[in-house]
Amino acid sequence: MTDAVMNAGRVAFQADGSTGARKGVQVNRLDGGLIKGGKPLNFTFDGKRFKGFEGDTLASALLANGVRLMGRSFKYHRPRGVLTSGSEEPNALVELRSGGRQEPNTRATVAELYDGLEANSQNRWPSLQHDFMAINDRFSNFLTAGFYYKTFMWPAAFWEKLYEPIIRKAAGLGSISFEADPDAYDKGFLHCDLLVIGAGPTGLMAALTAGRAGAQVIIADEDFLLGGRLNAETFGIGDLTGAAWVEQAQAELASMPNVRVMPRTTIIGAFDHGIYGAVERVSDHVLAPEAGKPRQILWRIYSKRAMLAAGATERPIAFENNDRPGVMLAGAVRAYANRWAVTPDQTVAVFTNNDDGHRTAADLIAKGVKVTAVIDTRAAAPKVEGAELFAGAQVVDTKGRLGLEWARVRLASGTTRDVPCGALAVSGGWNPNVHLTCHQRGRPAWREDIAAFVPAGDLPQHMSVAGAANGDFSTAAALRAGAEGAVAALSELGIEAKISDLPEAEDAPINVTPFWYVKEGKGRAWLDQQNDVTVKDVKLAHQENFRSVEHLKRYTTLGMATDQGKTSNMGGLAIMAELAGKQIPEVGTTMFRPPYTPVSFGVMAGRSVGEDFRPTRKTPSHKWAEEQGAVFVEVGQWLRAQWFPRAGETHWRQSVDREVLQTRNSVGICDVTTLGKIDVQGKDAAEFLNKMYANAFAKLPVGKVRYGLMLREDGIAYDDGTAARFAEDHFVVTTTTANAVLVYRNMEFARQCLFPDMDVQLISTTEAWAQFAVAGPNARKLLQKVVDPEFDISNEAFPFMGCGEITVAGGCRARLFRISFSGELAYEIAVPTRYGDAMIRKLMEAGEEFGAVPYGTEALGVMRIEKGHAAGNELNGTTSALNLGMGGMVSKKKDCIGNTLSEREGMNREDALKLVGFKPVNAADPVQAGAHLMNASGEVSAATDQGYITSAAYSPVLGCSIGIGFLKRGDSRKGEVIRAVNPLEGREIQVEVVSAHFVDPEGERLRG
Amino acid sequence: MGKFDNHGLKAISPLGGHEPRADTFTGLLIREVTDRALASLAARQGQAEAVKSTAASYLGGSLPEPASWNANGVFAAWWMGPDLWMVSAPHDSHELMAADLKQAVGDAGSVVEQTDGWCRFDMEGPRCFDVLERLCNANVRSGKAGDATRTSMEHLGVFLLCQTPGQGYSIVGPRSSAASLHHALVAAAKSVI
Amino acid sequence: MIINHPILGPRDFQEFTYLGDASLIDRPDWQADNAADQFHDYLYLRDNPAGEHRELWFHEQGDRSWLVVTRNTVTHEILNVELARDVARARGRSK
Repeated sequence: MTDAVMNAGRVAFQADGSTGARKGVQVNRLDGGLIKGGKPLNFTFDGKRFKGFEGDTLASALLANGVRLMGRSFKYHRPRGVLTSGSEEPNALVELRSGGRQEPNTRATVAELYDGLEANSQNRWPSLQHDFMAINDRFSNFLTAGFYYKTFMWPAAFWEKLYEPIIRKAAGLGSISFEADPDAYDKGFLHCDLLVIGAGPTGLMAALTAGRAGAQVIIADEDFLLGGRLNAETFGIGDLTGAAWVEQAQAELASMPNVRVMPRTTIIGAFDHGIYGAVERVSDHVLAPEAGKPRQILWRIYSKRAMLAAGATERPIAFENNDRPGVMLAGAVRAYANRWAVTPDQTVAVFTNNDDGHRTAADLIAKGVKVTAVIDTRAAAPKVEGAELFAGAQVVDTKGRLGLEWARVRLASGTTRDVPCGALAVSGGWNPNVHLTCHQRGRPAWREDIAAFVPAGDLPQHMSVAGAANGDFSTAAALRAGAEGAVAALSELGIEAKISDLPEAEDAPINVTPFWYVKEGKGRAWLDQQNDVTVKDVKLAHQENFRSVEHLKRYTTLGMATDQGKTSNMGGLAIMAELAGKQIPEVGTTMFRPPYTPVSFGVMAGRSVGEDFRPTRKTPSHKWAEEQGAVFVEVGQWLRAQWFPRAGETHWRQSVDREVLQTRNSVGICDVTTLGKIDVQGKDAAEFLNKMYANAFAKLPVGKVRYGLMLREDGIAYDDGTAARFAEDHFVVTTTTANAVLVYRNMEFARQCLFPDMDVQLISTTEAWAQFAVAGPNARKLLQKVVDPEFDISNEAFPFMGCGEITVAGGCRARLFRISFSGELAYEIAVPTRYGDAMIRKLMEAGEEFGAVPYGTEALGVMRIEKGHAAGNELNGTTSALNLGMGGMVSKKKDCIGNTLSEREGMNREDALKLVGFKPVNAADPVQAGAHLMNASGEVSAATDQGYITSAAYSPVLGCSIGIGFLKRGDSRKGEVIRAVNPLEGREIQVEVVSAHFVDPEGERLRG
Repeated sequence: MGKFDNHGLKAISPLGGHEPRADTFTGLLIREVTDRALASLAARQGQAEAVKSTAASYLGGSLPEPASWNANGVFAAWWMGPDLWMVSAPHDSHELMAADLKQAVGDAGSVVEQTDGWCRFDMEGPRCFDVLERLCNANVRSGKAGDATRTSMEHLGVFLLCQTPGQGYSIVGPRSSAASLHHALVAAAKSVI
Repeated sequence: MIINHPILGPRDFQEFTYLGDASLIDRPDWQADNAADQFHDYLYLRDNPAGEHRELWFHEQGDRSWLVVTRNTVTHEILNVELARDVARARGRSK
């Protein structure tokens, strides 16, 4: 078998006509074109060196060099060449560049040539000419539509170990390098009155008309050259050639400051209310982006009006072996000849069902290319000069292993004729590019005279469609529609625009007679070349009763490749309609969705990658903590010191244990700026807080702080903190670090939507104050060295839960709160943030005589677990005040968010979970957060579950691991020994139920 | 530094320096501004007119309309939301502005010290439009002097104050994210210029 | 989507946070006889119309106004935008 493949490949290689590739000269370069005089450029394809010109695409340069074979097909590894000259290309996909910049599945038709471009073919091994996987082609009878669904059904156990790995290896086309992309991507925002999508004759005329009226205009085109089909045709406009008119239009647009011309920019999606997504390829046409410059930019365009002038895409005709390199769309062959001065071969035949295809023959003949035949499916085909015409004829087969050699034609008389040709230019008519009109669920309508779908009335808001995209294919019609469309769009905005004299242009109809596929022949006729879907596959799907177009699409994968079936969907629909005995409009189309063409992940991410993925918030002591060698942890966007390692400490626990013990024995300092702070003022401020917190605040005296618990309306606790009363009408509320934004949002909701007449004003002050916790038996002594002497902070003058405005360090404004999270004698002291860095240094200096330590979030966590204080693990979205042991705090004498529903029966079960502490029976056993609690004996199951441990830590004070968590009837089970199980790790330990207040349960220290 | 700054604590800028940072590009200057004191002023329920008139006599000019800012002598103010403004003045002379402003408006308004809640970067030069359109969705090209827009830049909520269209803007963002905001501004400038 | 803010004009919906049905304004009286039932309905029972829907949006990256936006959930057409505070007062909410 292997030999046969090898031989087949070798023979085929010799038969390949790409002699030019071997000579390294541009054998198929013609005279004229728009790249005449362009700078010569060097590039490589599969390691071979070639030359092209500035203005070439990779596809045009390869064709110029006589290279027709550019890739292997997805499923059958059939040799494939280029089909089109634009972004609709299904076949000529290559890997562009290498290393971190390697980009798979790049369409050679839109890859702008630059000096040093490096491209490789893909989906072949070992080489494009000799591809072992081409053996799939021999098994094509098994690899039909639904192959996966039918074949890998059984046995089920084989899926994961056998089938999936094999399929994954075989699937896909290009490969990635797994190196990081070294380039930057950017994003941006643009605004305009009129967005013109497409810069062909329609778009240019619209932009000129709108620009002259003074409107803010953006005109975008995916091509690097403006002009659309004017660059591909030989039509003149007025007295000028098409290209000269484009140049003139471009110069005029460039002179208008209110017009932004964006070449190399694809509008990828039409979103709600006039918002469009656009990808601008800033640096894809150069070897590497300039330093600091992005490769691509993702633009979000806010348009008041938009005009879709995206032109049309030619569709092929399906016939047996219509996928050989050299079989191309007729309009593409014309574009290569007229724009790039390239012919895919020196001998070309044309196969068409419309007048437009004849232009290809005429243009090639004018350029001296031999046109061996024009095969027209219509009996009444127009005359052809300079080539033989077969009217009422069809191409029924082709030959040529790695490239087309001849086409077999069934003549009207019934006899066959073999027409020699290295390229066959096929035209089945044109499909308006309606894609963007469907992005808001618009459904196009069928137009019989052009045998194509055109946009219907259900367009995205404020979008209009003009020119070929609307089914008006002639140049004259395009110019008129562009100008008229711009006038109409602007008049809706109150901007008066005028149509100046429209230049003369060709106005010929295309006279298409629908013809979708050649019925003759037993071989495969390709519809979707990128996904290797044939006419037979569509028939099979129909036979198996897949009748909806959406089902057809998914069963056969027709139109599901990266080209989204731009050249293939229509043929599939037409065949399906025929099989079902329906009209095409009855069958309808599949839905087009964004993006219009493939978009890189890089440009979606923009600059927000790596450490810039999201903003970072730094605490006021950050710089100092860095100097101390602190280890940082991300808490939301904040970077907080996790612990402060000292010389000789080799394990984080050593640092954390030291920080805890030193704080409990003397004094520790922690930056707590990250807690949310909301300033609440107004005559009704106290009443407002009464509504926000489960517990009462109205009677809190001025100069006092109170702990508060916030409930959701369903009675679940979601945040806690403190509120300090600075005046009758002034409170400062703290929230947890994580919920600062949510609490503020909820408070604004209550203020504006629930209690709109309350006199209360809110504003966040989280950032304005640098706040430090100073905790431990020596906290007061330390602070007395920093707080200015006129402020008495003795226990009598400034008792537990006191607060006040003071000055420190000789006159610096500060706020002092006597609150404690650690359970020690503790204060929180706040200074304006700009002094935070100096303040931490001052505190540490003042604390030197006490051996003061800074402590991080780990020690903070250990100390709060030792005190049984709830944090995020306990306020986990499932727990009520009752569960937290704070049921008594929920005031029944006032209304507050959550109090009514927290009285529900289910939330007050007699066996409710209660927050308690756990100590291991064997002191060496670690208590694990997440472990579930089971009775001392009996089954371990969900049904016998008694609760779970939420937080655990090693307590250096107790000398063992401890935990807190929720246990059914926990408050009445102290002293009981139960099991903490972790079935995931197969662990089970015995724990004793204890009070969650492991340290100083009476709270004597914090009041001392 | 200022007259209230003669205590033992030395201030640092939002970017962590003792001097404001400046970054220069061809046609663009991005500079950190640290010498403004800020206080928010909210009208009490039903007191919008009273607060406007008492504030006007303190500021020497009226409070700005929605989505705009203005300057009166040493003071400037911008609209933050319904019945809510931010007032600014030179830090050296007005570090205690919040207290003075509160005294001026009395029970008609709520005043909150905001000086160190924010960082500010001024962007100056002819490339402002090109750089700002990479940063935020505000329609700066159609903007006018005196516009105050709350918008977001690289996921950070900021106030964008237009001094001169296309030539001069102030960007006021959260202080703790000053480094991220500064990075975003400089990266956008490098991307454009 | 673009939300036409009553004070600020057209703004991108990315600046807003979505909450849900505007009926969340109609928080029941906690002292009503059937307060528990009313709160249950208030919190858990919502219409989910394919069509016009009045909903609450918060201009978090803007002026911090809560808005009542009347939006067609099928077409995303926005038919009306009001300050939620005005709506709340009109529905009789006060303190």
